[in-house]
Amino acid sequence: MKHGKEKIMKHGSRLLLVLFAGWLAATPAFAEEIVGTLKKVKESGTITMGIRESSYPLSYLDDNQRPIGYHIDVCNEIVAAVKNQLKMSDLKVEHQPVTSQNRIPLVSNGTVDIECGSTTNNEARQKQVAFALTTFVTNVRMAVKKASGITSLSQLHGKPVATTSGTTSVQLMRAHEKGNHIDFKEVYGKDHADSFLLLETDRAVAFVMDDNLLAGLITSSKKPQDYAIVGEVLNIEPIAIMVRKDDPAFKKVADDTIRGLEKSGELEKLYTKWFLSPIPPKNVNMNFAMSETLKELIKNPSDASAEAYNKKK
Amino acid sequence: MNYHWNWGIFLETIKAGDETYLSWLITGLGWTVAVSLCSWMIALVLGSLVGTARTMPHRWVARICNGYVELFRNIPLLVQMFLWFFVAPEFLPRDLSLWVKQEMPAKEFVTATICLGLFTSARIAEQVRAGIQSLSRGQRMAGLAMGFTLPQTYRYVLLPMAFRIIIPPLTSEFMNIFKNSAVAFAIGVLELTFQARQMQEDSEQGIETYLAVTLLYFICAFVANRGMAWIEKRTRVPGYIAAAK
Repeated sequence: MKHGKEKIMKHGSRLLLVLFAGWLAATPAFAEEIVGTLKKVKESGTITMGIRESSYPLSYLDDNQRPIGYHIDVCNEIVAAVKNQLKMSDLKVEHQPVTSQNRIPLVSNGTVDIECGSTTNNEARQKQVAFALTTFVTNVRMAVKKASGITSLSQLHGKPVATTSGTTSVQLMRAHEKGNHIDFKEVYGKDHADSFLLLETDRAVAFVMDDNLLAGLITSSKKPQDYAIVGEVLNIEPIAIMVRKDDPAFKKVADDTIRGLEKSGELEKLYTKWFLSPIPPKNVNMNFAMSETLKELIKNPSDASAEAYNKKK
Repeated sequence: MNYHWNWGIFLETIKAGDETYLSWLITGLGWTVAVSLCSWMIALVLGSLVGTARTMPHRWVARICNGYVELFRNIPLLVQMFLWFFVAPEFLPRDLSLWVKQEMPAKEFVTATICLGLFTSARIAEQVRAGIQSLSRGQRMAGLAMGFTLPQTYRYVLLPMAFRIIIPPLTSEFMNIFKNSAVAFAIGVLELTFQARQMQEDSEQGIETYLAVTLLYFICAFVANRGMAWIEKRTRVPGYIAAAK
């Protein structure tokens, strides 16, 4: 018996070797068809979606801790297209929560295959990752208490202005300060909720951030009617779904899907669903009309970086 | 992993302006050291007073000081930061509260230093108490029997021995204060952790950024350690603590 088993094992390993050699020989041909992320997905049978926990309404968790949002819907369409192309009806989708600190490393090291959050497409990031066609545009502006009577950045001279540490808004504020000889005191919250608290408790007279995030914070605050989003647009930022760099095949699947959604009018429907209708968990309507820039992008899709939108400065 | 390494990033200029990333980290380091050293002064003075008071024969003084230690030891540092920064000013009169919140110079730095100082003082108080209590009761009795007053007994007999005994735990505490100062970023002090987050967002070279910052924290803590070791050596009384040479 013992001998028999050993024989089978020997035989088995030889068989494996042959199979391995065969696989090696077959690989080049295989690689021409499927490479990069698609190959990884095909081999592992799973695709990992990076999600945010509180980027309303682009990507967040509902009461049952399930990821929902505008970008999640778009990503689900992309995943469906991947399934179709790889002919894998049993493709497993995994969700990996990411933060603004770890999202780029997680995409480039392969933990996350497609990041469906609220990431600005800019030149510095394009050195590390690639972006699908822009699906949302945010304008950097400021939220103030209506009672303060502030309507423009020029009124902020000598006043404390809040923003969230580790975001691009800080640099924008500094650049604006230099360009316009305004001198305001910068105060920092460690996340958006903290920064809003700075405004709420009068530690700051304005909070500079992406307008969709401001709208979300105001809607969920104690007294939404007390706040307003005002002032000049400091920056226009294209927000896009993020994929690995140098993987044109996978980016093409994502881009084609988005282009399809834009052509069929489906993307506008999704926009209405998430930005202009009541959404979970509180059933509040953000009432955030589509910006002209995004309307234009739906007609002429693009994956240009933020720098392309803000050249005039 | 297809990470785009760029070790030259520290010498590159930031996106909006003409400073380099290195200058960001250096300012950050400056604030980290400033917060740490100022808090350490507060902590050492208050901690010694409270710790000593806890071993005094006056029951009620000891009780109040025990309460002080428990209060600051049992609340997480981050929560304390928020309490001092967001909650405490709300109890001031309206005008003063607005002044503290908007006009007070370097308000984040002052708040963070006081908070970290008080937090650490509770820990030092505990060590000072332990140091004094580790001395045999006979020392105190002998001091009093020699005709010293209670303060003199502490000054000339008990504290000189107690402080020598607790130099090793104080060393850890001094190193901790540099590491704990990172929490100050949460209320917007522009210290090292804050600048690291800023730099990683601006440059997208997160790995280089955090490695550099790790090294800077390590150097801070290590210098603190060596400094304390030097003090320990200088103040050593030969034959007093059975320290292996």
